[in-house]
Amino acid sequence: MRLTLHVWRQAGRDDTGSFETYQADGISESMSFLDMLDLVNEELAQEGKEPIAFDHDCREGICGSCGVMIDGVPHGPKSMTTACQVHMRSFKDGDEIWVEPWRATSFPVIRDLVVDRSPFDRIIEAGGYISVRTGSVPDANTTPISKGAVETAMDAAVCIGCGACVAACPNASAMLFTASKVAHLALLPQGQPERYDRVLKMVDVHDEEGFGNCTNHGACEVACPKGISVDYIAQLNRDLVRATLSFRPEKGTAE
Amino acid sequence: MELNARIPAGPIEQKWDRHRFDMKLVNPANKRKYNVIIVGTGLAGASAAATMGELGYNVQAFTYHDSPRRAHSIAAQGGINAAKNYQSDGDSIYRLFHDTVKGGDFRSREANVYRLAQLSLNIIDQAVAQGVPFAREYGGLLANRSFGGAQVSRTFYARGQTGQQLLLGAYQALERQVNAGTVTMHTRHEMLDLVVVEGRARGIVTRDLLSGKVESHSADAVILATGGYSNVFFLSTNAKLSNVTATWRAHRRGAGFANPCYTQIHPTCIPQSGDYQSKLTLMSESLRNDGRIWVPRKKGDDRSPERIPEGERDYYLERLYPAFGNLTPRDIASRRAKEMVDAGQGVGPLKNGVYLDFRDAIDRLGKQAVSDRYGNLFAMYEKITGEDPYREPMRIYPAPHYTMGGLWVDYNLMSNVPGLFVIGEANFSDHGANRLGASALMQGLADGYFVVPITIGDYLSGTPPWTGGSGDAAFRDVERDAKARTDRLLSAKGTRTVDSFHMELGRLMWDLCGMERNAEGLEEALEKIPKLREAFWNDVTVPGSGETLNQSLEKAGRLADFLEFGELMCRDALERDESSGAHYRREHTTEEGEAKRNDDEFAHVSVWEYRGEGEVPVEHREELEFEHVPLSQRSYK
Amino acid sequence: MSRTASLYHSTVGKKVLMAVTGLILFLFVIGHMLGNLKVFEGPESFNQYAEFLRTMGYPLIPRYGLIWVGRIFLLAAVGVHVYSAWQLWVRSRLARAEGYRKVKDLSFSYASRTMRWGGVLILLFVVYHILHLTTGQAHPDFVPGDVYRNFIVGFSNPLVVGFYVVAQVALGLHLYHGVWSMTQTLGASHPKYDRWRRSTSGALAIVVVVGFVIPPVAVLLGLLS
Repeated sequence: MRLTLHVWRQAGRDDTGSFETYQADGISESMSFLDMLDLVNEELAQEGKEPIAFDHDCREGICGSCGVMIDGVPHGPKSMTTACQVHMRSFKDGDEIWVEPWRATSFPVIRDLVVDRSPFDRIIEAGGYISVRTGSVPDANTTPISKGAVETAMDAAVCIGCGACVAACPNASAMLFTASKVAHLALLPQGQPERYDRVLKMVDVHDEEGFGNCTNHGACEVACPKGISVDYIAQLNRDLVRATLSFRPEKGTAE
Repeated sequence: MELNARIPAGPIEQKWDRHRFDMKLVNPANKRKYNVIIVGTGLAGASAAATMGELGYNVQAFTYHDSPRRAHSIAAQGGINAAKNYQSDGDSIYRLFHDTVKGGDFRSREANVYRLAQLSLNIIDQAVAQGVPFAREYGGLLANRSFGGAQVSRTFYARGQTGQQLLLGAYQALERQVNAGTVTMHTRHEMLDLVVVEGRARGIVTRDLLSGKVESHSADAVILATGGYSNVFFLSTNAKLSNVTATWRAHRRGAGFANPCYTQIHPTCIPQSGDYQSKLTLMSESLRNDGRIWVPRKKGDDRSPERIPEGERDYYLERLYPAFGNLTPRDIASRRAKEMVDAGQGVGPLKNGVYLDFRDAIDRLGKQAVSDRYGNLFAMYEKITGEDPYREPMRIYPAPHYTMGGLWVDYNLMSNVPGLFVIGEANFSDHGANRLGASALMQGLADGYFVVPITIGDYLSGTPPWTGGSGDAAFRDVERDAKARTDRLLSAKGTRTVDSFHMELGRLMWDLCGMERNAEGLEEALEKIPKLREAFWNDVTVPGSGETLNQSLEKAGRLADFLEFGELMCRDALERDESSGAHYRREHTTEEGEAKRNDDEFAHVSVWEYRGEGEVPVEHREELEFEHVPLSQRSYK
Repeated sequence: MSRTASLYHSTVGKKVLMAVTGLILFLFVIGHMLGNLKVFEGPESFNQYAEFLRTMGYPLIPRYGLIWVGRIFLLAAVGVHVYSAWQLWVRSRLARAEGYRKVKDLSFSYASRTMRWGGVLILLFVVYHILHLTTGQAHPDFVPGDVYRNFIVGFSNPLVVGFYVVAQVALGLHLYHGVWSMTQTLGASHPKYDRWRRSTSGALAIVVVVGFVIPPVAVLLGLLS
């Protein structure tokens, strides 16, 4: 297979970037998209040119490192699949492919296809956890949790923090990311004591980081490689409204 | 090199308890005066950072990822063992301890393993309290499964994403401490070297991967939680960035490297599809519960699998091991698969795999039941190969995925360099010569949450807070070394890419120091590796500069260390003139063709001391004693 | 900052305002549509209904009293709805200062994609609609008070009816996504009912469009005169 790639190249955070065109030759359909980029990079390195920088690590679709816009779609054409697990059989000979970094003001481009996703860490830092000290916890089977609740929590907890939701959102909102953690913890009995406090703090930081607002387009759900549902955003909204407007908020709710 | 394992006295059940009492404590008000550096934020590193932050230490955590959540612990699928005995099926701490020592083929330290089994209980409690959504039964209590041939159900799991959920739990605990100000996170920082001042670990030198700046960080103690070195084989199931640099650099600064030849091969990975591929994908071993492994009897049989009649198929594991069949231990299943492929009976376009067939399981259980059990794995397989495992058999082949060897540590998880602690896969640890399934997560978290935060106090209480800071001359020297290496890599301007060298090293290691080893091959490797290393330094090309994000430079630095480390690994494999666990020497087999230990001569940990570039390292030994688990030869016939 | 104020300042808070004002406007639209269908009861009944709207609460409240309260209330709702939409739009623009060279819109539906421009179209329509049938400036032969006659004359022009139909389809799309979106924003979700939320909002949108389109089309077809 022979492909034409238009890849965003940008030397550094403060540099202006542009698209460069590369020919990818001898691409086999059992290559992954990142194998294909490796091949292009290998040729560039051979010529002494700087390879295309992109984040990646596990190549199994679980670490969340990789993520680029492939022809206008986060992680490429295959649904529920990260870029590292998209295989070239999804493309055909002669295709022209545009490869771009995630675009969001909160995710500045660091180099080529690498963006800074540290705002995600700061959203978690704001409250995406259950405050328990190591060791001072009850026996694991003390609190039974219904299978349904755990499965629903797990459906939210599978988020890999790749940023595809932000990349796909017409508003560059990180609401699906935020909601998946809010919902995961709010659905479990262990998460109740900090439930309302948590959602307030996390949404605050989400907004401070400059992400856009959710307008319920649902593009995030379509782009999410783990298929996380926007229903969790509804749950976040409900918890947030409750946390702010309820007549007698839970003790410990932030002012 | 002095190797004192510092195993506490007393009955094995009480060692850890007594030891905790005997250790000195750091006054709570003084804890914040102590700086601790933690390198790596996978399960072990993140859990240690979170816990030590909570205790009040001043923690500096480093990762080369953009976020601590990306560490390769996240890829563990199967589960985590714990001797909870929630199933009342006869499990106990003692049984988990016993299974682990035996599974490790009697090459681990009993006292450490016993402590690991004890702490396994606390890990599950901790994880559940953090909100880890482990699978549950309809009654709301935790579910368990049997894993990797264990005869009790002691494995806790969260779908096929147990590692991910446990890592997120630890990551969230870590971020909580970042918020509390007790942990400072340094993302996209790679450790380049260890700084030892007057015999004690006092800090590290790092490279800021974005700016290229080489920086010094000083501390009262350094904890390495930097994972394993399977990527010495180039093709492994480890994440692409996983590397040996941190532990190798520490080794060069005096830390003993223990049992580097113990590398585990996982039998159920997806075979390589072409030379371009740089990463293999592991599929959970649970597939072997229902899948049947076979190859065509005829060599080079090109027929598609459904056209090969039953009589012309060789279900070789069932034939050779009627009692265990397809569930024989990892190392045996792996070796037999390699034999089949080497004999020309391999399958697939490159003839580099064996079939794992679900046809009979689908007939017996129905497609739905098979999909309920393995749906996500089948989907993953289909994504990668484009083949539908419901209709045609999967193809599998073994691949390196875990390394039992690592830096030598005592009972406190401190290396022979005072102040340098090593946890998780990075230490030589509790798995001996072979790790049991679902035990890696357990060890990483036991070390990080429950062991090192306590034992480090014993060390720190005896050393006043370090006031030298990173201004000490020793830091300047190490920084200069690191910069010189970087400059050398950038200025080589040769003709070959980093990956081409890595591929060559990998092939060499796999062929000569992989699943099967022999003296002849290892000697050949010991001859070839230094030459390859020389070729690398002379002929490598690393484009770009050192002042920006430069992934080629990162790769080159890591490979430079693998090229040194690989040699040590082969030397260790050569010196260990026996077969044990995952270390299989063709010269030492039982009549059944299995690994044959030599307990009289090799019931020890081999600990290597670095003697300088081009010098032969010196082997030291920690003798192992087995008081509770009697030495026995395993047999799966 | 008080909790309420902090909610207002958050992106979610602005969406809540849009949802609440959207709900008010949606209820008004339903009422308006039901009132319109009275045109089939004949001139007397229809004019009487119009008179009732003007004299609600009379004599306790002066003529035009309640209707003006209603009008101001609705106008305020429209104002808040539009202003919040504007603020959110500005924020979105800032959140992605540099766009993609090539991008595929993955939104759930055409309706969700056209909320903003559809909203603008509906706003323009409302202005025309008031000038057409409430104040009469855009009406060829407006007789204050004779609502039935104004209705028949107003819709005897196919162009006018055409514009109305287009506007109603825009409204339908706006509601199809808007009603679902409102439940989403107010957190009216439940795993049990989530799969019904979308179809329910679709059904409501269709009812509204059909309900509004029938009378003008009936005039054009000569079924009403």
